[in-house]
Amino acid sequence: MSAETPTAVEIAAGVRSGSLKAADVLERHLERIAAREGEVHAFNLVLADEARAAAAAIDDLVAAGNDPGPLAGVPIALKDNMCTRGVPTTCSSKILAGWKPPYNATVVDRLGAAGAITVGKTNLDEFAMGSSTENSAFGPTRNPLDTSRVPGGSSGGSAAAVAAGFASVSLGSDTGGSIRQPAALCGVVGVKPTYGYVSRYGLVAFASSLDQIGPFTTTVEDSALLLDVIGGHDPMDSTSIPDSQPSLVEAITHGVEGLRVGRITDLPDGADPDVAERLEAAFDALRDAGATIVDVQVPAFGYGLTAYYLIAPSEASSNLARYDGVRYGLRVDAGDTNAMYGATRAAGFGEEVQRRIMLGTYALSAGYYDAYYGKALKVRRLIADDFDRAYTKADVLLTPTAPTVAFPFGSKTDNPLAMYLCDTYTIPTNLAGHPGMSVPYGTGADGLPVGVQVLAGTLGEPTMFRAAAALERSLA
Amino acid sequence: MTSIMNPTPGNVYTAGPATGNEVLIDGYELVVGLEVHVELATATKLFSASANKFGDDPNTNIDPVTLGLPGALPVLNRHAVELAMRIGTALNCTIQPCVFHRKNYFYPDMPKAYQISQYDQPLNVNGWLDLPGGKRIGVERAHLEEDTGKSTHFGGAGGRIHGSDYSLIDFNRAGVPLVEIVSRPDIRTPEEAREYVSELRAILLAVGASDAKMEEGSMRCDANVSVHKPGEPYGTRCEIKNVNSIRSLGRAIEYEARRQIDMIEAGEVVRQETRHWDENDSRTHTLRTKEDADDYRYFLEPDLVPLAPSAEWIQAVADAMPLLPSARRTRLAAATGAPADGEAVMVVVERGQDDYVLDVAAAGGDAARALIYVKEAFAESVDVPAADVAALTELETSGAVTATQAKTILAEIVANGGGDAAAIAKAKGFEAMDSGDLEAIVDQVIAANAEAWTKYTGGDDKTMGFLVGAVMKASKGKADGKQVTALLQSKRTA
Repeated sequence: MSAETPTAVEIAAGVRSGSLKAADVLERHLERIAAREGEVHAFNLVLADEARAAAAAIDDLVAAGNDPGPLAGVPIALKDNMCTRGVPTTCSSKILAGWKPPYNATVVDRLGAAGAITVGKTNLDEFAMGSSTENSAFGPTRNPLDTSRVPGGSSGGSAAAVAAGFASVSLGSDTGGSIRQPAALCGVVGVKPTYGYVSRYGLVAFASSLDQIGPFTTTVEDSALLLDVIGGHDPMDSTSIPDSQPSLVEAITHGVEGLRVGRITDLPDGADPDVAERLEAAFDALRDAGATIVDVQVPAFGYGLTAYYLIAPSEASSNLARYDGVRYGLRVDAGDTNAMYGATRAAGFGEEVQRRIMLGTYALSAGYYDAYYGKALKVRRLIADDFDRAYTKADVLLTPTAPTVAFPFGSKTDNPLAMYLCDTYTIPTNLAGHPGMSVPYGTGADGLPVGVQVLAGTLGEPTMFRAAAALERSLA
Repeated sequence: MTSIMNPTPGNVYTAGPATGNEVLIDGYELVVGLEVHVELATATKLFSASANKFGDDPNTNIDPVTLGLPGALPVLNRHAVELAMRIGTALNCTIQPCVFHRKNYFYPDMPKAYQISQYDQPLNVNGWLDLPGGKRIGVERAHLEEDTGKSTHFGGAGGRIHGSDYSLIDFNRAGVPLVEIVSRPDIRTPEEAREYVSELRAILLAVGASDAKMEEGSMRCDANVSVHKPGEPYGTRCEIKNVNSIRSLGRAIEYEARRQIDMIEAGEVVRQETRHWDENDSRTHTLRTKEDADDYRYFLEPDLVPLAPSAEWIQAVADAMPLLPSARRTRLAAATGAPADGEAVMVVVERGQDDYVLDVAAAGGDAARALIYVKEAFAESVDVPAADVAALTELETSGAVTATQAKTILAEIVANGGGDAAAIAKAKGFEAMDSGDLEAIVDQVIAANAEAWTKYTGGDDKTMGFLVGAVMKASKGKADGKQVTALLQSKRTA
């Protein structure tokens, strides 16, 4: 990276050594926000004053001879579905209007303790439901690489913030591809860790059994650094993995010699030729770096999308039931309590959120549970079993991240199914609870970035990062 | 519903034998099953670190988890699980690997719009409870769940949300750990229902699981009631809610049985519904019918992991079980010769004073007398050296003092927190009466009451009490009533 845009690793090292001022680093990012945010709309809220105060405090710490931590002075943007104490957390929904959480998400506390500087809360598809960030109640985010196109979603704001240089790094959440797909469309690195790797405490739930927080960065090493900081057990999240995890920064110092890289021979069709071409290039690069390419089958892969669109909406219908106008957020008064619920939720939730609440409520209903939700759970098990078998033959798998490069605004908004297909390649990983990451691997149509997805089995992050780092090196 | 583990052999509920106390009401048999909710006596809530405390200012024991704020997650309270396991152990249940489900419905005092509960894989299954009289009532399950907040409705129609002007919600109770204990429909009379709840309450207190106060709502009871003609299938049941005391439970069941019988007799059909017991008019009223019941859309709670208590943990809970009320009654009955389901034993065990009675016996006292003393004179606490009471029983059983005198001495000992019974007897002039002196007094009384004596010798036993009373009076209370009776009888037959 150039001195103009140092990586998070470079910023932290510079600030800790005193060769860089956190305040100066921050100002360069705030300048870029001032220049382009009006056009890109990555943020729901920019916290310039708070960030300046935090950066000054970091510089004071260094001046006093203290170490602010491994992310010293690194400007970070947070998806606006992570709770920040006293700072509005909207999920890009009208229903949370005016709500300020009285507590921080665990990741927010860990970032603060590591010296990171929060520059703002980023835009998303309402409650993380969408693949283009067009479902935000506050208007869409634009792809900084081509503002006539979407940044992907649902973490489109976080992807755009990094791609536009508004923040050095950012956090998103990934329920069915909401980190990896926008990372691919914006040309940055995006990681969905193993379920339970990062605490969900303080992440506003969409689908609890699928949601994971993960980083957006410009380099694989920055993602490794960020995950080393935010990962690890949290007693506040019962689904958090109890063991401590090996350092990913250390893992990527190892190459891929002897690594078995799997090609899924029965992968569902649908990737555009430009995307398929970059995937082939990725296989070639890893082979050249000493890996072995092996064929594997994941027969249930193709059923992932269907199972996902029963499981995720079912959980969402329950998770979003609390937005009833009683205690916080929007309330639309009506004749009685039930009418108030209806009026509040009709006014507060956007169309896609309402669609998924209806879907999920139906799938869980008496008489339909077995045919829909119950069946989807069985498919989920099948997918996990198929992956487990594949991982006896391969250490990592490569697939496209998204079937296409970034698409123009409005091109899929009238057809929910077409939009859902954006996540064909990312969803099965969430259902299996496995890690996956998108690495930018050159460009496709119209010079737009293409992402290659690296997948691994449960807690396969070190191996996955080694493969991702090798892909990154092959482009250098 | 299916459970994931079969009950282990030897720990299987089987319905007890008919005890012959099934009562037919106008030719109908009554069938009752009870669902009892108890709040567990934990320091904190089921899924968060907020205090579990009754009576604090509203909305002071709250946190993001209690309020169901966006992003908050539940973490299971280990102590709550342990108390629930104690309940399961005391109720002879199988403790099994279990999971939590979400029960989804909207209500303003339920902050997440779902209750975390247990559905088809509860912690405790297939147990039983033996009533003091011996009848065995099956316990289908005893599962963990969280309580809701508490709403108070103002204006409009008498304390209900419907039609009220506004409502206030206190979330202090939200998230308080509950165990719901579901009986099998083995109860056949209102009296059995009352016995079941009071025995269950005694067990909960004994194992330290709950303070089980119905008046504070830490123990709540719903009754499923149906009636049918003997030999016919069970009738349609109605669930009765809002029963706030053991006494009301009996009355509510009686009322509901009567209502259903009257309907059937009038050719009407009993509908399955939830009914509300109104203490003011002593009736049950329709709360909601089956048609408008919620579809709870139960599904596995994804924010929690399965709970599988280890065999070691289950054994440790069993090993730490205190003696339960039934065993304590049996023990006290054996020591005192009193019946285990008699009033004295029941009362003394309920008050937790049975150990004291046994202490008195161990100190050389007479257990039977000690039981009566404790039941009569020790209302709440027992703060008297057992040896002092033992000495008093000795005085009475040796005939040195009468039962009446013993009662007077006991009152003084209790009032002073102890005392030397013999010294008190002496100070009060309670000396045993010489049998010659007693006979002289009896003769004087016979002479002075010739008419009564004639009636008595003529076979009128009712005059006996009068004559005994006269002797007691003449002896200034020093005579032993039993000796007086014996003397009078021997003189009549002489």
